[in-house]
Amino acid sequence: MMPLWCYLVVASALFAIGTFGVLTRRNAIVILMSVELMLNSANINLVAFWRYHTPLDMAGQVFAAFVIVVAAAEAAVGLAIIIAVYRHYRSIVVEEVDALRG
Amino acid sequence: MERRDIVTALESLLRDTLGFGSELSLFIATILGVVIIATVPLLVIIGLIWGDRKFGSRVQDRLGPNRVGPFGLLQSFADLGKLLTKEDITPANADRLIYNVAPVLSVASVILVWAVIPMAPNVVGVDLETGVLYIIAVASLGTLAVVMGGWASNNKYALLGGFRAVAALVSYEIPMVMALLVPVLFLGTGSLVEIVEAQANMWFVALSPIAALTFFLASQAEVGRPPFDLIEAESELTAGYNVEYSGMKFGMFMAGEYAHWLTQGVLLAVLFFGGWNGPFVDRWPWLGIFYFFIKSLILFFASDLVRFTIPRLRIDQMMHFNWQWLVPLSIVNLLVTALLLKIIQELGFAVDLANSPGFVDTLPMTIIMLAGNALQVAVVLSIIRFRGKRQRLMAAAGN
Amino acid sequence: MAGIEITPHTFFFLLSTILTLGGAIGVVNNRNLVRGSIWLIVSLFGVAGYFVLLHAPFLAAVQVLVYIGAIGILITFAVMLTRGMTQLQRRFSSLWWLGASASLLLFIVLLFTVIEPIWGDLSAVPDAPPGSTTDLGIALVSGDGFVLPFEVAAVLLTAAMIGAIVLAREARNADE
Repeated sequence: MMPLWCYLVVASALFAIGTFGVLTRRNAIVILMSVELMLNSANINLVAFWRYHTPLDMAGQVFAAFVIVVAAAEAAVGLAIIIAVYRHYRSIVVEEVDALRG
Repeated sequence: MERRDIVTALESLLRDTLGFGSELSLFIATILGVVIIATVPLLVIIGLIWGDRKFGSRVQDRLGPNRVGPFGLLQSFADLGKLLTKEDITPANADRLIYNVAPVLSVASVILVWAVIPMAPNVVGVDLETGVLYIIAVASLGTLAVVMGGWASNNKYALLGGFRAVAALVSYEIPMVMALLVPVLFLGTGSLVEIVEAQANMWFVALSPIAALTFFLASQAEVGRPPFDLIEAESELTAGYNVEYSGMKFGMFMAGEYAHWLTQGVLLAVLFFGGWNGPFVDRWPWLGIFYFFIKSLILFFASDLVRFTIPRLRIDQMMHFNWQWLVPLSIVNLLVTALLLKIIQELGFAVDLANSPGFVDTLPMTIIMLAGNALQVAVVLSIIRFRGKRQRLMAAAGN
Repeated sequence: MAGIEITPHTFFFLLSTILTLGGAIGVVNNRNLVRGSIWLIVSLFGVAGYFVLLHAPFLAAVQVLVYIGAIGILITFAVMLTRGMTQLQRRFSSLWWLGASASLLLFIVLLFTVIEPIWGDLSAVPDAPPGSTTDLGIALVSGDGFVLPFEVAAVLLTAAMIGAIVLAREARNADE
């Protein structure tokens, strides 16, 4: 087995890459995909800690499952918002979507 | 837990008969097992393409391939030679990477499914606890290949085929999962090996014919067979997602497609028709492979019969059929099955299916389950009748 | 890295790492949206590989199942919404160097505050076999387990579905 810290390093690297995408990309869909990456890095941590510290108590896996559920809901609502924004502005570049009133 | 898969069997064979060391024999057995499991479906479909064309011709009152070899048996090899010698074209402005990966992914997704299929006692790639879920997860990769190929071809017809594939996947996956959950409900495990072993004396199709039927219809759409082959409808989209492909890349898409069709029959056989179970299997386990393939092929040709006789639906009819009929029916069926299992338990007729009980022991449970299914069928039929009547009345009023 | 044996397990860990991080870099650093979503699939596949290595086969299967279906839709929308935008000219916002240094800083902070205490700690996993998929199922629906969060998740999904439909629906009565 790989030791626990290997998983943690990978997860934090994935989280950092996701953060980079959210902070710097201009396209709303790419930002959404970067958020998925960050959620997945959290999932790696949850499952890794579950495996190494409380393998009999299923809380870690249950939480990871809930994260997947929330990610699915977030993707659905996020895409719906992107579609609505695109209808209004004809663009999904976040810098061009800056009006507060319609 | 005792592992009963093909790698373990091969390993002990190598160690005991050839006298290899344990690590060497494990290494060779693993590679051999993977190669065998991956080759079986591809070997079967070479013969199956001939059988499918011959059968289809007979249904449509034609002769079918009859020039190459006796009865046209070598037709597949002639086609293979033709595909191999064709020029390999990549369209201008195509996304080369995705364009070339898509056919490989199409074949790979099917071969991955075969890793968990029990073909005979102890002949299974790996016995997964979540085997049923694994099948759905991996099979959806095939649809991804269709989308990738359709997009990367830089062709409007191909792209439309890809979009339709996404729509079909997302909608028909729901009734398929619901139908797959019924055998899981009976046993409390998703392991395909245990599902097959539990059907030694009573096939699950007798316990839940509606689940078998919804699985058949949903998988028919999922693998893109007529009447649900909207992703490659020739009359609308020329050839759909693979219109730009030529040579062996097209050949791989076609092989992947046939393998998906075969896998549909195989999954039905494993989940609802007893898999390798049959007379005398306990004495001669090798008979299991024979029964397994006979059942799978019968189910494959049953699906073929549908394919060659029923005309193609429109895309809106296809979505309509799924969301208005299959999804509600499969959800209601799952709920009714769970309820009936609880009732059976309360009445004391419950048998532990995991220990492959005898035919007579399972009989009361089967009768109750069948009655529940018959009730659902009656409800569905009366809804259809009511709707038809209303439509006739509305048509009459319109005139 | 001393003390980590080269076993098949190590090999698959490295493979998953390459898939996960390589795919993630592909997502954030791509001019082509469709390729970006393919990279996302590669990355999430790597994460599923970790779940298998960590003895969570159910989560691995769900990961592939949910994300492939969802990402298929994502590709479709990406293509539909961004006609002629597969060769994005300006990928990053003008403050990209700020975002890059912020995420690098975050990574370093995570390394030194969270992981440093157990850096190089090779303590093995507990001997007890981990809970199985059956245990997970029981935990999800048992009264002293997670049945309430489970129901809340169901409500959340329903709400998200209705919300998505309302948001994405064409405003039909706009000109009435």
